[in-house]
Amino acid sequence: MEIGLNHYLVLSTILFAIGLVGIMRRKNLLLLFFATEILLNAVNIAFAAISHYYGDLTGQMFAFFVIAIAASELAVGLGLLIVWYKRHGNIDLDTMTSMRG
Amino acid sequence: MELYLYIALFAPLVSSMFSALFTNTPKKQFVGIVASLLIFTAFGSSTILLSHILGGGDIVHVEMMTWMATGNLYIPFGFVVDQVSVTMMMVVTLVSTIVHIYSIGYMDHDKGFNRFFAWLSAFVFSMMILVMSDNFAGLFIGWEGVGLCSWGLIGFWFHKEVATWAANEAFIMNRIADLAMLIGIFLVYWNTGSLQYDIAFPAMATLDPSTLTWMGIFLFIGAMGKSAQFPLHTWLADAMEGPTPVSALIHAATMVTAGVYLVIRSNELYDLIPNVGLFIASLGAFVALFAASMALVNRDMKRIIAYSTLSQLGYMFVAAGLGAYWVALFHLMAHAFFKALLFLGAGNVMHAMHDELDPFKMGGLYKKMKWTAIMMTIASIALAGIFPLAGFFSKDAILEAAFVEHHFIIYSVILFTAGLTAFYSFRLVAMIFHGEERYKLFGIDPHEAYKFMLVGMSPLLILAIIAGALKGTYFEMITGLLPNTEYHLHSELTYWIMTIGTQVFVALAIMYAYKKYAFSPVSVPDGTSKMENSFMYKLLLNQYYIPYAYEEYIVKPYNELSAALWKVDQNVVDASVDGIANIFYKTGENTRHMQSGNLSTMLKWMVAGTVALLSLAVVFGLAARYSGEIRTILSGLGV
Repeated sequence: MEIGLNHYLVLSTILFAIGLVGIMRRKNLLLLFFATEILLNAVNIAFAAISHYYGDLTGQMFAFFVIAIAASELAVGLGLLIVWYKRHGNIDLDTMTSMRG
Repeated sequence: MELYLYIALFAPLVSSMFSALFTNTPKKQFVGIVASLLIFTAFGSSTILLSHILGGGDIVHVEMMTWMATGNLYIPFGFVVDQVSVTMMMVVTLVSTIVHIYSIGYMDHDKGFNRFFAWLSAFVFSMMILVMSDNFAGLFIGWEGVGLCSWGLIGFWFHKEVATWAANEAFIMNRIADLAMLIGIFLVYWNTGSLQYDIAFPAMATLDPSTLTWMGIFLFIGAMGKSAQFPLHTWLADAMEGPTPVSALIHAATMVTAGVYLVIRSNELYDLIPNVGLFIASLGAFVALFAASMALVNRDMKRIIAYSTLSQLGYMFVAAGLGAYWVALFHLMAHAFFKALLFLGAGNVMHAMHDELDPFKMGGLYKKMKWTAIMMTIASIALAGIFPLAGFFSKDAILEAAFVEHHFIIYSVILFTAGLTAFYSFRLVAMIFHGEERYKLFGIDPHEAYKFMLVGMSPLLILAIIAGALKGTYFEMITGLLPNTEYHLHSELTYWIMTIGTQVFVALAIMYAYKKYAFSPVSVPDGTSKMENSFMYKLLLNQYYIPYAYEEYIVKPYNELSAALWKVDQNVVDASVDGIANIFYKTGENTRHMQSGNLSTMLKWMVAGTVALLSLAVVFGLAARYSGEIRTILSGLGV
């Protein structure tokens, strides 16, 4: 069985669904970052697969951008997370309501 | 001549604006003086215009500016001074000048002195627009303007409940009639394509008679409201709640004659529909008798004069309805002079008697108020139509017109009314000025009015005496515009019998009034005498129970209907509006807790929103792709 575009897309969808469930269910901020990564990478897979399918490099370029931006975002996010942990001793989402939305 | 036209038109406006500047300040004598001078300027300009027209000059017709010009509709602010309007202008400016001067004295102690002059001059301006406009639209503006000023002046003492009630009654009743008049004006425009008198009237000659009849009827209903003809007459007597100078100017001399003016102005229309004309004449005769009968027993001096005005308006409509337009206009003019005089005299008496209106409580005032007594007596003689005063010439001409046109029923009705007129006028004069001094019982000390008020009234006195002499000149002038139907009886003998017969009849009525109210003891009615308990007396005193019937069968059901509809308004209209507001309010209230500040919850909502939007996109995408199939299915279902 040859692996085609549909397989990649199905994989991407499954990963995306896992990521969605992750951001909804997880209360730990670190795990939330993981779930976000999963979401982004699900999309990256779809980009790369479709780009290859059409023979157009634009999609793969976009995936690179996403990776780069996700990395920098995560760096900032982790920095904030550490500061938070130092102050409060935990990284539970339910306690982070001081700004009231 | 255009300059004089503009001065005559705008001097009252300037006067009104000027007085209006001082409405909130205490009484200032110069406001009254400046207003009177400005109105006098308008009078002077009107006189110059009159001499221009009398001298055979051309009709002055100006178009000040365009008012409305859209498509085929073209209505300018145009003004015309022709024989008819110049007559009206003279009457209006003359009487209003005198009333302005008189009011300086009459309103002397009133807090609203300045405000009074603002309203009064605004009225003169509206009336000038009404009579000078060269089209129906301008006439209608003036028509509404005088209605508004009349409202403001009847309710001038707005702290009195009864005055505000009367003001509203007058206003509302006139609105009812104005609706009909507006329909009439629309009909004119619809069928002739113009509202200009000089285009619309010639175009009517080719129209279908039934269309013309409707036009004539609707315009006349408008006239009925303004001129207080039956069944829209009740407001005029109640309008006497206003200050007496207002009654003299608006509710006797000028505004109420606007209806007659409208019929005269539309003479070319009414000539084409003699049936409507006959109806107008019959209604006029009926009102003449009807109003005179109510004046016979009334115990309110001003109301008696008001009914007399109503009755005389009936006379004017008789003449106008029979096609004797110039006679109607002549009676209008003569009536304005002696009726204004009568009212101003009544104002003097009221002042002297400290606002007492019941003539039964007066008597013997001749000694105290000689000049007022003379003026009111002469005005009453003129009103009764005794030779050689003004009323004789105008009223006689109406009687002759009715006789010559072979409308003998109308003739006998108005002849009989002439007798009643003489009786009630002199009943009033006799009770006020002669007989016992009954006012002493009520501890009142009467005094004569200011001298300048009496001097101010004197032009009216002179005109009430000599207006008849002007008939020839007037006839020559007016027939330049109105049909010159002269009414001559075939036999000289009949003429003399009629004239002398009328005079004797009227004189007898006067003598009877004197005998009953001056030379025999009069007691203040206390509801015990036989006459007061008779059916006729009660019927007349209660104005044929018409105000009562209006109250009972129109006002009350209308009130109930309004109350019921108010509930509908509350429960349906208000409720639905409030309901919509409540939906938003409740939605906000109930969804507020979504915004908890918890990141986890918010992410859940975000996912939910994304899913919802995505599913919508899928649904619409599918619907767009399969629109053909969906349409087939729907048409199969019969949608």
